[in-house]
Amino acid sequence: MQQFLNVTLTGLTQGMIYAAFALALVLIWRSTRIVNFAQGSMAAATAFIALALIQAGWSYWVALVVALASGFLLGAVIERVIIRPVEGGPELNAVIVTLGLFVAIQALIAIVFGSSFQSFPTPFGVRGFTVGDTTIPVTPTSLYVIGSVLITMGLLVALFRFTRVGLAMRASAFGQEVARLLGVKVGRMLTLGWGLAAVVGSLSGLLIAGGGFVFPAYMDSLIVFGFVAAVLGGLDSPIGAVVGGLILGLALNYVSGYVPRGSALVNITALAILIVVLLVRPGGLFSSATARRA
Amino acid sequence: MSEPQNTSASTPAPAGTAAGPSSGKATEEAPARATAAANPPPAAGGGRTFLPQSTLLRHLLVLLVCAVGAMILLEITDPFTNSQLASLTYYAIAAGGLTVLTGLNGQISLGHGALMAVGAYTVALFLSADEPIALPLILLAGVVTATIVGALVGVAAARLHGPYLAGATLALAVGLPGIAIYFHDIFGGEQGMRVRAPRPPEVFDSFIGFVSGNSATGTKWLAYLGTICLLITYFLLANLVRSRIGRTWRAVRDQEVAAELAGINLGAWRVLAFVVSAAAAGLAGGVLALVVRLAAPSGFTIVLSLSLLTAIVLGGLGSLLGALLGSALLVFLPPFVTDLGADFGLNNTEAAQLAPFVYGVVLVVAMIFAPAGFVGTVRMRWLTYRAKQRTAASRAASGG
Repeated sequence: MQQFLNVTLTGLTQGMIYAAFALALVLIWRSTRIVNFAQGSMAAATAFIALALIQAGWSYWVALVVALASGFLLGAVIERVIIRPVEGGPELNAVIVTLGLFVAIQALIAIVFGSSFQSFPTPFGVRGFTVGDTTIPVTPTSLYVIGSVLITMGLLVALFRFTRVGLAMRASAFGQEVARLLGVKVGRMLTLGWGLAAVVGSLSGLLIAGGGFVFPAYMDSLIVFGFVAAVLGGLDSPIGAVVGGLILGLALNYVSGYVPRGSALVNITALAILIVVLLVRPGGLFSSATARRA
Repeated sequence: MSEPQNTSASTPAPAGTAAGPSSGKATEEAPARATAAANPPPAAGGGRTFLPQSTLLRHLLVLLVCAVGAMILLEITDPFTNSQLASLTYYAIAAGGLTVLTGLNGQISLGHGALMAVGAYTVALFLSADEPIALPLILLAGVVTATIVGALVGVAAARLHGPYLAGATLALAVGLPGIAIYFHDIFGGEQGMRVRAPRPPEVFDSFIGFVSGNSATGTKWLAYLGTICLLITYFLLANLVRSRIGRTWRAVRDQEVAAELAGINLGAWRVLAFVVSAAAAGLAGGVLALVVRLAAPSGFTIVLSLSLLTAIVLGGLGSLLGALLGSALLVFLPPFVTDLGADFGLNNTEAAQLAPFVYGVVLVVAMIFAPAGFVGTVRMRWLTYRAKQRTAASRAASGG
C-alpha cells in the first residue's frame, strides 16, 4: 500500500511536468499546425542558462526568471526568423525544420556548456513530510512542481479567457484570414504564441531537471512523453494535454515501479501507448467526432 | 506610337498587384514542385540518348560502370579512406531506403536508426554463434528481421502522416534501445555486443592480388562487402522507383484522393514503402555492425536517424544519387569540421558536437532556401535552362 501510494504520487508529479510540456506542444499546434520537435532542446538550453547562473552564485529564483525570459525570447525569435518561411507550406517541410533545430540546439548546448552530466539544484527538499511516525511520500519539491504548473496553467487560462490579447490569439488560431480581416496582427500573435509555449516548455524542463542531472540530451525522452500526452488529449485541446500528461505519468511510473527493471521499458511503454491511441482513437481520448485527424 | 505606350503603361499595374498573391503562392507551391523535381518521371522515349531504351538494361549498364568505378576508387585510396568508404556504404544503404520512403511516398521516419539497430543486433547475434552460418545468409537474416519490425511499424504508420508520423517514429527511436538494455543478458545491455568480423575468403585474396597487387586486409574486405551490398540495394531500388510500384507510390504521395479513386489501396502501398525502406535499413545495420564491430544502444541514437534525414534532404528527397551524395557528407564532413573546431580552440568533445550542429543547420537552411536539395535544384536549373534555350531557338526560327 505504501509503495502504491508512493508510485502514484510520483506519477502524478511527473505527470504534471509531462502535462506542462504537452501544453507547450498543443499551444504551438493550435496556432501554427506545427509540432515543435525542437521544444525539448529549447527547454534544455534555458535550463543550462539557469544552471550557469546558479553556479555563478545567483539564487535559484533569479535563475528561474532569467531562464523563462530567455525561453520566451528564444521561442519568439525562432518563430519569427526560422518558422515563418515554412508556415502554411507542406507539413513535411515544417517537421524537418523543427527537427533540424532540435539537433542543432542540442549540439550547440554541448559545445557551449559541455556534454558531461551536471547536477541541477532544487529550491526545496526531496525528503517526505512526516506525520507522526510515518513518512508520507509528499515532498516539498513535488508540491512545488505541482503548484508551479497549476499556477502557470491558471495564468494561461486567464490570458486566453479574459484579455484582449488572449482573444486575438484565439482568433488567429481559429481562422487566420478572418482574424486578419478583423484587424488582428496575426503574425505578431503567432510570435507571441511561440514565445509563451517556449516559456511553458522551459518551465517543464527546469522542473524535470530539479534534484537530478542535466546533460544536453536530457530532454529527449520528455519530447516523446510530451508528444504522447498531447496526442492522448487530441493534440488540439489544452485540457486534454493536461489529462493526457497525468495519465501518462501514472502509467509510466506503474511500469517502472512494479515491473522488475522496468525503468528500461519506460520509453517503449510510451511508444506502445502512443500506437494504441493512434490506432484506436486517433483524435485523442476525448474526441467525439469520428473525423480522421491523424 | 500609341501602342507601345499603352503596353508600357498597362504592364506594371498587373505585375505590381500580382506580386503579393503570387509571392505568397510561391512559398506554398514551390517546395512541393521542387521536391518532385528531385525525382521526375522517366524521360519520354525519343529523346536523343546513347543509353539503351530498356530501363533494366540501362540500370545494369550503370551498375556495371559504378562497380568498376568503386573498385578503382577502393584500390587507389589508402586504408583509412577504405574504412571511411565502408562507413559511407552503410549510411548510403539506409539513406537510399529512407529517400524512397520520404521522397517517393511522402512518409517521414525518424525510426530508421532503430531499424538499423534491429539489423545490427541480428547480425551480431548470428555471428556470436560457435559455428556461424555463411555471411550473406546472416546479412539476409538482418534484412528479414528489420523487414518484420518495419512491417509492424508500417501498419501503424500507414494511418499517420506528417507530424503524427514523425512523433510516432521518434518514440520508436527513443524507445527501442530500451529493449536491448532490458534483455541485457542477450543483447549485452549498455555495453552492447562485440562483433567478430568474419575473415575474408580465399577468393578475395587472389582477386585483389590479380587486380591491383594490394594486400587484401580485413578493412578492404569490409569496404568491398559494403560496396556490393550498396550496389545491389541501389540497383533494386532504382528499378523499383521506375516501375509500376514507384509510380503508384508517387500517386499516393501527390494525390491521395485521385489515387484512391483510381483503385489504389493507400494503406497497403504505404506499408509496402515502409517495408522496403526497413529492409534497406536492416541491411545497413548489418553492414554497420560488421564495419564498426560493435552493436550498442549508443550507436543508434536519435542523432543517427536525424543524420540520415539530413543526408536525404540535402541530396534531394527521392533521389538515390542525392542520398549517396548526402551520405558522403555524413562521412567526410565530421573529420573536417572537427579539425576546424580544434583550430578554433575547442576541445575534443566540444569539436565532436560540431558535426551534429552542422547537420541541424543544414536541415533548416536547406528546407527554407532549397527544399529540392542538391540534385533537385541542379536538375531544375538545367530544365529551366533547356526550356529557355528551346524557346529562344523556336523564336529565332519563327521570327526569322
